[in-house]
Amino acid sequence: MTAQTLAPAARASQALTGSQVVLKALVEQGVEVIFGYPGGAVLPIYDAIFQQSELRHVLVRHEQAAVHAAEGYARSTGKVGCVLVTSGPGATNTVTGLTDALMDSVPIVCLTGQVPTHMIGNDAFQEADTVGITRPCTKHNYLVKDPSGLARTVHEAFHVARSGRPGPVVIDLPKDILMGGAPYVARDEVRHRTYHPVRDPEEARIEQAVDMLLGAERPIIYAGGGVVNSGPRACQLLTEFVRETGFPVTLTLMGLGAYPATDRQFVGMLGMHGTYEANLAMHGCDVMLNVGARFDDRVTARLDGFSPASKKIHVDIDPSSINKNIPVDLSIVGDCERTLTALIAAWRRRANQHESSRTRAWWGQIDEWRKTDSLRFRQQGEVIKPQFAIQRLYELTLDREVYVTTEVGQHQMWAAQHFKFEKPLRWMTSGGLGTMGYGFPAAMGVQVAHPEALVVDIAGEASWVMNMQEMSTCIQYRLPVKSFILNNSYMGMVRQWQDFFHGSRHSESYMESLPDFVKLAEAFGAVGLRAEKASDLDDLIKEMIRVDRPVIADIVVDRAENVYPMIPGGAAHNEIRLSPPDDGEHMPISEKGMVLV
Amino acid sequence: MPDQERRHTIAVLVDNEPGVLARVIGLFSGRGYNIESLTVAEVDEANGLSRINIVTTGTPLVVEQIRSLLAKLVPVHRVLDLTLSGTHVERELALVKVSGDRERLIEALRIADFMHARLVASSPKSLVFEATGGPDELDAFIELLRPIEVSRAGIVAIGRGDAVLSTDRLKSEQTNPKPMSVKKASER
Repeated sequence: MTAQTLAPAARASQALTGSQVVLKALVEQGVEVIFGYPGGAVLPIYDAIFQQSELRHVLVRHEQAAVHAAEGYARSTGKVGCVLVTSGPGATNTVTGLTDALMDSVPIVCLTGQVPTHMIGNDAFQEADTVGITRPCTKHNYLVKDPSGLARTVHEAFHVARSGRPGPVVIDLPKDILMGGAPYVARDEVRHRTYHPVRDPEEARIEQAVDMLLGAERPIIYAGGGVVNSGPRACQLLTEFVRETGFPVTLTLMGLGAYPATDRQFVGMLGMHGTYEANLAMHGCDVMLNVGARFDDRVTARLDGFSPASKKIHVDIDPSSINKNIPVDLSIVGDCERTLTALIAAWRRRANQHESSRTRAWWGQIDEWRKTDSLRFRQQGEVIKPQFAIQRLYELTLDREVYVTTEVGQHQMWAAQHFKFEKPLRWMTSGGLGTMGYGFPAAMGVQVAHPEALVVDIAGEASWVMNMQEMSTCIQYRLPVKSFILNNSYMGMVRQWQDFFHGSRHSESYMESLPDFVKLAEAFGAVGLRAEKASDLDDLIKEMIRVDRPVIADIVVDRAENVYPMIPGGAAHNEIRLSPPDDGEHMPISEKGMVLV
Repeated sequence: MPDQERRHTIAVLVDNEPGVLARVIGLFSGRGYNIESLTVAEVDEANGLSRINIVTTGTPLVVEQIRSLLAKLVPVHRVLDLTLSGTHVERELALVKVSGDRERLIEALRIADFMHARLVASSPKSLVFEATGGPDELDAFIELLRPIEVSRAGIVAIGRGDAVLSTDRLKSEQTNPKPMSVKKASER
């Protein structure tokens, strides 16, 4: 027996095909559901899927939707979402979803088929340079050319996707690797050579942070999606820390749900369409504690006007997020849960030094700002205000487990403003990339993960039609997703910007011929409902909740409504606009602001 | 000066695997950073490690971004900003071709001798010299020689003293970025 001869156990596992090795590794990684679409290069995996019962496969109608569905699944469970697509167009169709997941730090493992290794580079049928195309839109990607590395690669991919700052990982699988034999390696035998993200914060920095926070007279805690990604425990710790300090807290769009929205210490979402009090508190604070947010441009507004008088502390698991847009005074690299644990412990050790009276004047100021009631709207008569529709949806579903996804645009901002999230993992929206067409397939993925829950895609009609083919998937798998479409016949946010900044020239932002959404629903085998009057709204919502089938609710809303408050491009937080400019007056915007998106 | 651009030489130790150079280059092109020089070669065959030397220019904020983005790439073991971590040596190799009549070639030989360049190829009407040195020395040599063709290898660099760039230290040890001298917005 030579050293090269395989041990009996290894010989036994060699009997697996590459496809079987992939599936076995997925199962060991805890995958229960794969969202995918078959094709030539991945037929061996589909054949292996057919012959097993541990993994469920959900057949989508477009590969982009497979990734969004996996994102919805991941963001509502905290698990890694899994996607399987074929080579060439299957892979290229995932690019938008992958980029979306990268921007919003969603853990995804996407398996793509590839032409056989000997044909790579020959411009073969359905060949694309998938690792080349997806390199900038993934956290990492792999092309497996050697069957001996196959199992290890799958395990590594899951580790990379879920650890550190989570993100999408692509594994490109040539067909010959899937068909040939491959050895299986167990998950715990794989340790990465280079990739070891830091999770524990430096203790000295925690003490420094507490020093700064104890001395604060006008503090603000600004938390983001990193807290949600860190897990429900991190959100609970954030809540504890906020309550113990007595400081005001604001959340980013991605962070909604990390702190209970109805709590008095929550000053609302911040940023371009955030509340007056959140933005002015950010502008006027003297100490800012950023936990798991990245000073995104929607949040900071004009950089040189951003929170000019504050000392800034930034907690982030990704060192490259620190000092990227805003230079900070103290950085703490670490996982939010562990950092908050350390912060709370250090704070408690020095609780006797904390004087809650120090922030009394600050709270007085914040309460003054609150009185402006910056999210106010007036529902008068029978024309439905979009904000009112969301408010009623929120109020009529208070007694249920509700998961909300959105598309992108005005409805997304209104949903963020008027639907109040008490818990994390209930709010799925495309924040970084701003992907129209995200919400419906994402809702589908959420529903797969939570079959009993009420899952609503708060949508605009323009976004919704971008991935409406997925209604077919919903019917096939009996996913009773509710599409709550705020229909104003416009690409509302585009129209709003054209009104504000482009002389009301509505260039290509009007939808000339929309489908009849009720008939469309019926054509798919779903339920279609329509409300045109405010007095019909409650009945529609109740009926939508009652039916245990997919629903398209076509809510015909006020076409002229705009999202307020708004910080126009190139303006600072304290230049926030509260209400519509008077007739003829344009939203003030600088030349520099015009070029900003 | 926080907004002042400065030239930095960064050494990166990476797994020698397909696509790793594309990841590094893609990071620079995708985010609009400059690459003034880039060299790459395997330096540890047994462990499959390559070393990439990158020369770039940027403000302290940008260079710190580049450093942490490089460290974030999965196949990267270590990133060291040689410009910030004590003194270092930089060397470059160039092949330069001169052509002309006898007189011109004799002049070239004289300059090459003076600059310690080696003659590596010759024909009746042309000469090829190999020169090594710091980038400034090579610039001076080339300017003096007025060659018809130049091929430069790019910069290789190494730190002085007994500190070593190896895989021993995890890249995670340099996680927290150095504090930036924060300039208030109003002063900008």
